[in-house]
Amino acid sequence: MINATIVRITLRGLLGRRRFLLLLPLPALVVGLAVLAEALGADSTDWGFPILVGLGISVVLPVIALVVGASVLGSEIDDGTLVHILTKPLPRHEIVLSKLLVAAAVSTVTVGAGMAITGLVAGSPRLALGLLAATAVGVLAYSALFLALSLLTRRPVLIGLFYVLAWESMIGNVVAGTRVLSIQQYVLTIAERIGGTTLFEGTVSLPVSLIMAAVITVVATGLAIDRLRSFSLAGETS
Amino acid sequence: MSELALSAVSRWYGNVVAVNNVSMTLGPGVTGLLGPNGAGKTTLLHMMAGFLAPSRGTVTLDGEPVWRQPAIYRKLGLVSEREAVHSFLTGYEFVLANAQLHRLPDPAAAARRAIELVDMTEPQHRRIGTYSKGMRQRIRVAAALVHDPAVLLLDEPFNGMDPRQRLHMMQVLHQLGEQGRTVLFSSHILEEVAQLSGTVQVIVAGRLAASGDYRTIRRLMTHRPHVFTIHSSDDRRLAVALLAKEPVVGVELDPAGGLTVRTSDYGTFTRALPAIAIAEGIRITRLLPTDESLESVFSYLVAS
Repeated sequence: MINATIVRITLRGLLGRRRFLLLLPLPALVVGLAVLAEALGADSTDWGFPILVGLGISVVLPVIALVVGASVLGSEIDDGTLVHILTKPLPRHEIVLSKLLVAAAVSTVTVGAGMAITGLVAGSPRLALGLLAATAVGVLAYSALFLALSLLTRRPVLIGLFYVLAWESMIGNVVAGTRVLSIQQYVLTIAERIGGTTLFEGTVSLPVSLIMAAVITVVATGLAIDRLRSFSLAGETS
Repeated sequence: MSELALSAVSRWYGNVVAVNNVSMTLGPGVTGLLGPNGAGKTTLLHMMAGFLAPSRGTVTLDGEPVWRQPAIYRKLGLVSEREAVHSFLTGYEFVLANAQLHRLPDPAAAARRAIELVDMTEPQHRRIGTYSKGMRQRIRVAAALVHDPAVLLLDEPFNGMDPRQRLHMMQVLHQLGEQGRTVLFSSHILEEVAQLSGTVQVIVAGRLAASGDYRTIRRLMTHRPHVFTIHSSDDRRLAVALLAKEPVVGVELDPAGGLTVRTSDYGTFTRALPAIAIAEGIRITRLLPTDESLESVFSYLVAS
C-alpha cells in the first residue's frame, strides 16, 4: 500500500523546497500570538477565538495543507520528474497513498504542534488533544482534496485557495447550508467535542463531521488514483 | 525478445492531427524514429510508452495493450525528452531509487551495473544538480535501464551531448540492440540515425513517410536532386565545365555574380566539384546548398 522509496523521495523533495520552509513560521505565529496575549494579561476567552479559529483553523491549517498537498505530486508533475515514478510497474494507488501519507504527516506535524501548544496556553491538555485530533482529521481531508486537485488542474493552489477563502470562510459564514461541505466546520466540531471547550462552537454534528471528512478523503483519493492511471504526457505538437 | 506493435494509430488534439494512421512493428535491434521537429515523434513515443491514449488504433507490447497498464514497465524503459531529474539526489541515489521502485531483488547491484554501462561510475556520488547536460542524460538512461528491460524508448537521447558523449551513447545503444533488445530512439538529425540504426522509421507531419533499411533510405537521401549556389573566380567558365558533367542537370548564371547549379545526385556532384575546379584552375570562394533544410529532404522522401 505504501512505498518506502516514494515516501523518502517525496519527503526529501518537500523539505528541501523553499516554498515549504517559508510556511513553517505560520504555526509558530499562532503560538507566538497566544503566548503574547497571555503575557499581556488577556484572557483566553478573549483571544481564544480569533487566534485559534480565526488564524489557526481557518487560515494556517488549510493553507499549509494546501501548499503541501498540492506539491507532493503537483511539483513532480510540473517539473516532469513524476515520469520516473510512473514508468514503474507500481499499482497507481500505491503512488497516491504514499504521497497522501507524506502530505498528511508533514502537515499534521507542523500544524498540529502549533495548535496543541496554543491549546495548552489557552487552557487545558484536553483542549490541546482536541485540537491535535481535529487537525489530523482536517489535514487528511484537505490533503486528499488538494492532492486530487493537483491531478485535475494545472492551478491547484489557486483553486484550493478559492475553496478555503471564498467557500469555507466567506460563503460558509453567510449561507449556513454550505457548512456541511466545509472541512473547516468538521475541524471546529471535532476540536470542540474532544477538547470540551467553550471558546468556539462547531455547527455540524460530530457524526456528520467524521463521516463527511471520511467521504471527502476517500472520494478525492479514488479520483486521484483514477486520474493517475490515465496520466498523459503532452506531445510536442499539443 | 519483445515486440512493440502499432496498429493504425492516430492521435489528435482538438482538430490538430499529431499522428495519422501509423502502423509499425518494432522488433529486436536498434530502430531510429526520424523526422523534423513537430512531426509527431514525441506523441508517437508517448503512446508507445503508455503515457498517451491513441485516439484511434492500438499500441501493444507482446500482444498486450500498453495504455493504463503499469505492468508493461517491467519490460519497458523510457527516457523522455524533458531532462527532469530529482536534482537533490546523487546519480547513484537516483538510479538506486529507480531500482527500488522496480522492486529488484538486489537494487544496489542493479544500480551499479546500469551506471557502469553508461560510464558514469566516477561522478555517481555527486548531486545530479551539478551534472552537465550529457551526464544528466546518461544517468537517466541508466535509470531507464536499471531493470534490464527488453524494450527501451528514448526521445532525442543525443540532444545536448558533445561528440564524445554522443559516440559513447551510440555504442551503448548499439550494444543493447546487439543483445536482442528492442531499442527505439527518436531524432531529427539524419546522421545520428544513419550511424546507429539498421532500421529507420521516417515520420513527417504525423504520417509514416518511409520505413525500412537505413541504407535504402540513405541512398534516396544522397541521390536526391539538389540545388547549390556557387561563387568562384570565373563563374562562366565553371558553368561550362559543370554542364559537361553527368549529374549536373542545369546551371544558371546569376547577374549579380555566382551561379545556381541543379544536380540529380548530391553525392556524385559534391565529390566531382573539387576535381573540376582544380582541372580548370578555378578558385571556388563559396559553396552553399540552398535546400539543405530537413523539411526539403523529408518532403523528397515522402514523394519518392
